[in-house]
Amino acid sequence: MHPVLYTVLQRLGLGLLTLFFVSIIIFSSIALLPGDFGQQVLGQAALPETVEAFRRELGLDKPAWLRYIDWIAAVLQGDLGTSFSGRASSGSDASRGVWELVAPRLSNTLFLAGFTALIAVPLSLFLGITAALKRNSIYDRSVNAVTLTTISFPEFFLAYLLIVALAGIFPTLSNVTPDMSFGDRIFKIALPALTMTLVIVAHMMRMTRAALINLLASPYIEMAQLKGASRAKVIIKHALPNAWAPIATVIAFNLAYLVVGVVVVEVVFVYPGIGQLMVDSVSSRDIPVAQACALIFAATYILLNLMADVIGIVTNPRLLHPR
Amino acid sequence: MTTDSDRRGAKGDVLIEMKNVVIDGFSDERWHDIVNGVDLTLRRGEVMGLIGESGAGKSTLGKAAMGYAQPGCRIKSGSIIFDGIDLLALSEAEKRKLWGSRIAYVAQSAAASFNPAHRLIEQTVEATVDHGINSEAEAKSDAIELYGSLQLPDPANIGARYPHQVSGGQLQRIMTAMAMSPRPDLIIFDEPTTALDVTTQVEVLVAMRDIVEKFNTAAIYITHDLAVVAQMADFIKVLRYGDEVEEAETRQMLSEPKEDYTKSLWSVRALQKEESPSDDIALAIKNVDAAYGNTVKVLHDVSINIPRGRTVSVVGESGSGKSTTARVITGLLPPMSGTIEFNGEPLPAALKDRNKDQLRRIQMIYQMADTAMNPKQTVAEIIGRPLEFYHNLRGKKRDERVAQLLDLIELDGSFMDRLPGELSGGQKQRICIARALAADPEVIICDEVTSALDQIVQEGILKLLLRLQKELNITYLFITHDIAVVTAISDEIVVMFQGQVVEQGLKSKILEPPFPDYTQLLLSSVPEMDPDWLTTLVDERS
Repeated sequence: MHPVLYTVLQRLGLGLLTLFFVSIIIFSSIALLPGDFGQQVLGQAALPETVEAFRRELGLDKPAWLRYIDWIAAVLQGDLGTSFSGRASSGSDASRGVWELVAPRLSNTLFLAGFTALIAVPLSLFLGITAALKRNSIYDRSVNAVTLTTISFPEFFLAYLLIVALAGIFPTLSNVTPDMSFGDRIFKIALPALTMTLVIVAHMMRMTRAALINLLASPYIEMAQLKGASRAKVIIKHALPNAWAPIATVIAFNLAYLVVGVVVVEVVFVYPGIGQLMVDSVSSRDIPVAQACALIFAATYILLNLMADVIGIVTNPRLLHPR
Repeated sequence: MTTDSDRRGAKGDVLIEMKNVVIDGFSDERWHDIVNGVDLTLRRGEVMGLIGESGAGKSTLGKAAMGYAQPGCRIKSGSIIFDGIDLLALSEAEKRKLWGSRIAYVAQSAAASFNPAHRLIEQTVEATVDHGINSEAEAKSDAIELYGSLQLPDPANIGARYPHQVSGGQLQRIMTAMAMSPRPDLIIFDEPTTALDVTTQVEVLVAMRDIVEKFNTAAIYITHDLAVVAQMADFIKVLRYGDEVEEAETRQMLSEPKEDYTKSLWSVRALQKEESPSDDIALAIKNVDAAYGNTVKVLHDVSINIPRGRTVSVVGESGSGKSTTARVITGLLPPMSGTIEFNGEPLPAALKDRNKDQLRRIQMIYQMADTAMNPKQTVAEIIGRPLEFYHNLRGKKRDERVAQLLDLIELDGSFMDRLPGELSGGQKQRICIARALAADPEVIICDEVTSALDQIVQEGILKLLLRLQKELNITYLFITHDIAVVTAISDEIVVMFQGQVVEQGLKSKILEPPFPDYTQLLLSSVPEMDPDWLTTLVDERS
């Protein structure tokens, strides 16, 4: 087997193993949450027997390890379970499947994350490369200063600043609905996308710049200069191909943030993303939904980091072309 | 491709003329001179040798011949005229038009100077194609021809490989092809063979010399090795501390150097210890097999006897198992099989099983004195540590002993409070020797201890080691690839090749014919101070 394929499969295996351990942690930490769904729904006045019966119906009376096995076995078959919410003390059951709840929210989050990434990643690469190219110039310093400033503000503060500045141009509420057209949706999410771009560009841009400048001291860069290559060519052809691994790592890290870490921005702009869903499900003790969200977040992190690893591997000629 | 004389001009015309060149370097928050006012004239078709020790400014001057000053340096004054063009008056963009087309550069470490991300042939023709000298297809077929004339294996396909896929010697030749690809008027060779083994160096030197002759290219050959430059250059310029010492035609320089400094450049080669045989074995390595990670076996049935109070030198190329042998003796790498006997008693294989006294008796000195010392500790702390650890000396007693040891290595008490960063390379290595001596060892393993040092400093260290041996009856195991050092210091020699001992015996026996094949190859590859040595060697071998 080609060593690269072998390494990639190995990483994939390790990723799945990590996900397995994470699922145990998610399950146990949610089990440790104080409060009880039965009590929550039925209210303080409910008889203990009623609560007990309700718990039995939901399977909450079984021992934790058995509940974990039931849950994970179902997840492996693609069934995320049924939400606890929608059940009322009256006995009526309007509960929905977890996937039914999660899917539209997840697609909203991915839409916002994808749109932001589409702006932020090329922008940071461009800024990072040009800053490395003109290092220590006024341009380099101002790019550094501006990006550092934007990353230093808390994201909600940045969001409110943008609302104050741009409220006349873009909508301040990003309450998208499935029936909106693509263009409308883009218009609605302009402000949250901009906020998140400002938050993540600094990190990616600075890492790109640092990775490139780090390589500029290499003898092969001096060699390229002494072969008469222009500064742009030295950076793009000779430094960049050797800098992908660290750059990919930091991009993966920030893309993961776009999916799992933006609940504050969602709240500010009333955006129906998965972050809000998770916060709501935790406060209403809706265990299946909280678990599903946490598992999706974990999988996102692992998958993106796996992709960064793979990029690091396939851009390393020593691994790609063994002796 | 125009290789005709119309572009090159006639042989004998002045190609580059540097007058009163002053180059500054910026370090420690101030500018100081690296090259102070050197003149240099090179004509078409000539090869000039630029020689000097580290810090002589030879590499800086060589790059200045391209109008290039490395980061942190600047060409302060003087004039550099290349074929009628004033290089110092050119803009960066104008200079880039000359670099890689009319002036080419060959760097010291080929492994580091090729971009790991691109195929070799792409890098070979890059400058030629970018400067519009040749089309990509033609440049590539020319590169394959160049590979062939540089004696590279499989010239048609080697270019498709990546830098990590070929050996150091091959890379250095491919870099020469890269420099030659645009058919430059001038090539700067900057220590191109310093990182290579002697046996590989010979092949590379022959290939470079022949191709420079074939295309009648002018060249500046920078090195610290007089014997190497004698094979390559028509005339030699000696530099020291940024000043010119002397310049002369090669044969004249070798037969009658004018300046004392020039004579001292081969002083180590004059040092020679009288060998004295002994049967009193201090350390015996018996049938040792060793491997890293139990997979790649690097030592095969190695047996070496080291007599008390004598020096045994282990010689061989990189990868021959010299340093691994040292690691086995010190217990850092327990062998798979075989034993180490010390004064007739077996030593525990692993470091952690040895007691303090066993550890004390075998000490080690490393090649890079820089990295072998804690930069934040003073000399007194560095030497004092083994005194505390092995002899339980503290306070005043310890300081007295440190002073004694400093005296022994010919440094005075004022060094006690200095940090390693404030010392020269030779002084650092002396401190490392004192640290080894502080344990009162019986055996000292010296791993390439003089390789990173200049000739004159080397001589001082070797003399010190010899004196200490005489006074303290210390046994040395001396690991080196430098045959001149071996001649200077050894009683006995062990020749290693691919993890096996090829030969062991008294110096006189090993260095006299008849030789086994490998010893013959190794010894004959050591450059000699004879301008005809390479030519003669190539004739003999073919």
